[in-house]
Amino acid sequence: MTVPPETSINSETSPSDSKPPARLEMRGVSKSFSGVTVLRRANLTAKAGEVHGLVGENGAGKSTLMKILSGELPRDAGEIFWEGRPAGIESRSDSQRLGISMIHQELSLAPHLSVAANIFLGREPLKGWGALDRRAELEEATRSLAELGFELDASRPVSLLNPAERQLVEIARALTASSGLIIMDEPTSSLSSPEVEDLFSVVEKLKQRGVSIIFVTHRLEELARIADRVTVLRDGAVVHSTEMPRKDFSPLIHAMVGRELRDLFPARKVLPGPVILKVENLSRRGMIENANLELRRGEVVGLAGLIGAGCTELVETLFGAWPPETGEVRIEGKPVSIRAPQDAIRAGMVLITEDRKTTGLALPLPLSHNITLSNLRALVRAGKIGLREEKRVAQKFIERLRIRASSVDQKTASLSGGNQQKAVLAKWLFCEPRIFLLDEPTRGVDVGSRQEIYGLMNELAEAGAAILMISSELEEILGMSDRVLVMRAGRIVKELVTRETSQEEIMHYAALASSNAGEEVH
Amino acid sequence: MRDSMNTGPSNTSNTSSSTLPTPASKPPTRSRHWNWLEKFLPILSLVLLFVALAILSPHFLTLPNLSNVARRTAVINIMALGMTLIIISGGIDLSVGSVMAFSGIAGTMLLQAGLPLPVAILGAMVAGMAWGLINSLLITQLRVSPFIATLGTMGAARGLTLVITDGLPIVRLPRTFGFLGDGNLLQIIPVPLAILLALAFLTGYILKFTRLGRYAFAIGSNREAARYAGIPITRYLIAIYCLAGAFTGMAAMIASSRLMTGQPTAGQGYELSVIAAVVIGGGSLAGGEGSVSGTVVGAFIMSLISNGSNLLGVSPFWQQVLIGSVIVFAVAVDELRKRKQG
Repeated sequence: MTVPPETSINSETSPSDSKPPARLEMRGVSKSFSGVTVLRRANLTAKAGEVHGLVGENGAGKSTLMKILSGELPRDAGEIFWEGRPAGIESRSDSQRLGISMIHQELSLAPHLSVAANIFLGREPLKGWGALDRRAELEEATRSLAELGFELDASRPVSLLNPAERQLVEIARALTASSGLIIMDEPTSSLSSPEVEDLFSVVEKLKQRGVSIIFVTHRLEELARIADRVTVLRDGAVVHSTEMPRKDFSPLIHAMVGRELRDLFPARKVLPGPVILKVENLSRRGMIENANLELRRGEVVGLAGLIGAGCTELVETLFGAWPPETGEVRIEGKPVSIRAPQDAIRAGMVLITEDRKTTGLALPLPLSHNITLSNLRALVRAGKIGLREEKRVAQKFIERLRIRASSVDQKTASLSGGNQQKAVLAKWLFCEPRIFLLDEPTRGVDVGSRQEIYGLMNELAEAGAAILMISSELEEILGMSDRVLVMRAGRIVKELVTRETSQEEIMHYAALASSNAGEEVH
Repeated sequence: MRDSMNTGPSNTSNTSSSTLPTPASKPPTRSRHWNWLEKFLPILSLVLLFVALAILSPHFLTLPNLSNVARRTAVINIMALGMTLIIISGGIDLSVGSVMAFSGIAGTMLLQAGLPLPVAILGAMVAGMAWGLINSLLITQLRVSPFIATLGTMGAARGLTLVITDGLPIVRLPRTFGFLGDGNLLQIIPVPLAILLALAFLTGYILKFTRLGRYAFAIGSNREAARYAGIPITRYLIAIYCLAGAFTGMAAMIASSRLMTGQPTAGQGYELSVIAAVVIGGGSLAGGEGSVSGTVVGAFIMSLISNGSNLLGVSPFWQQVLIGSVIVFAVAVDELRKRKQG
């Protein structure tokens, strides 16, 4: 890593006089929060029409660097040049003026407003006398959505959209707002495969128009398809910056984690045992229709389907978050009635939801309180919570799952994404369940933590638990499961044996509405 | 919720743990002192206020005056303890003032009918709990927001109180009743203060050591996450509102005892003072935050301001301006502190 001496730059002239200046050059950017250094003299360059990948583990400083670029955070040191001149980015409006916009990982939409109103939020088209021109807004939004190839009704309120559709709105907003540089922070993490394809073709178009794109992601395969260059951050410093490799990612992964990663999906040592969960004819109107499935001890079953196929709805119904209208659930042969999450938890079945911020964690609470929340009963003696025992339990899980936290009292909100996900896992492990329903367990989780989560899943299965895992990454489904259930339009349409299937076959059943996809269920 | 590690402003850092040079970090001591100051600002203000009044007014530091302040504060403060639980759970109760009048009437009518004091107090508490039950059922079963539900019961409870009494106070109460509001324990500790302290310890214990308290924080922080964690939210919200109602019943009997009457118009406007005590003490109307010590300090700050103004001859009109400013200032400082902590 080369560090430009911070004083040597003459801010009146271009930093690179010989070549035409890059669109963006960040030099020696540093930042610390409450004494913790998050960025150490990081450099980043992006040319016009370039897609620049930015990768690194959770907490490596990617988001902070991007927030500094978009003016949301002040920097402690370093300089930013735009087209060779000092950019003078001190606030959000400075970066907007330059044509920089950011698509957030955490969605930042106003749910009660329409898609069109969200796209034009803050720069609404006005009529001559200052009133909102709602018709122009709607027409303009509809036109841009069509141009981008997004199938969205611009007049719908955002609250009725699913997470993937909301992501599309964010993208449309950024794309219509700016022309210079777009920062995409994990834009694909809540998209299904066809939507990712749509996004990539949009990125391709933008590239041709000369827009620079900084693409922050955990998915190297995606970068290999669209990125020109890639920069790796580790512990706040740039450790690697190169042409994006197309096939061999090991130098990148090595740079990211600082060590060699062995096989991402470790093998399991046990074979599936007796049936532990049997579900018959589970239905909920408008969500799932006559779902039948079985889970065995020691088994990991993948649940695949496109956005809106009903995978999430199925596990949430099983868990009692939405009580089923009809159907029978048996656990170890005994019928159980699940009307609310506490019924499922009592029966030994837990759900790790896809969105840990809204349904997984009470973020303002201390880490230890989140870990013990679902099984506080176990710590109560004569009506009194044993606080010392609680700390001990939390400490045990912090060590077991290697959660990076300063103490058990740390506010959960201040943990990184991967560590928050581990906190969710800790909460459920403390309930000692026999059946795990996992909804996108590794979304937004870095490679290192991801492998730890896979290892944990295997450990649980080997100890006799059954796991049903939803994932939009088919590679993960194929790597981890024994069987795959494919859902489409609220129904389980096909069961496949993982060893004998492929991504293509799963997609075939997930996407096709007719032919040999079969009406197994009906 | 935006306060992830990446969004907090950073200049309040203490760099002792970091081995790396961070160019723009400030000396650690000053910022740490500021944090400390901001955190303890409520209690410091209370102490300063106390000292200032002791110097400015010769009548302040006298036993009758202090005892009077304690008795007056106790009524608001006991209700504020219940409100602390409600606000932590993400709710609000606008009906406290009306419920106080209702349960005061219920209790004094029992006394008038010749029942012993403990039974009358119990009756008042049960009446308060009944309104807590109604409020919580409206909130959990009909899904009316706490603000609207208790706005409705605020009117209903007041109206029913007036209907029952025909607008007339309950009088001719047994002389022994006066002990509750005006008596002293060991000749010096005002009975209302003793009751307040006992209930404050009880509430503090509930918040720290019981599932009810823990779940109140969880529900107020993230209701959906609490539901997915298997917490029976309805049951716990009912318990919280009923407990607060019982506290209101107790406060109502103290207030009635001080007047030796049951007033159907008692407690008008008290809801705002009660809520103000909680928020001055650091409670957040967004839920998930609040403490017993904060609430107690908040209630005493307000009553010292009003007592001090009276002693110093400040007009009651200006008192309202003063108390309003204190509320906004206290909350603003608290928000500033939270934003800095990130």
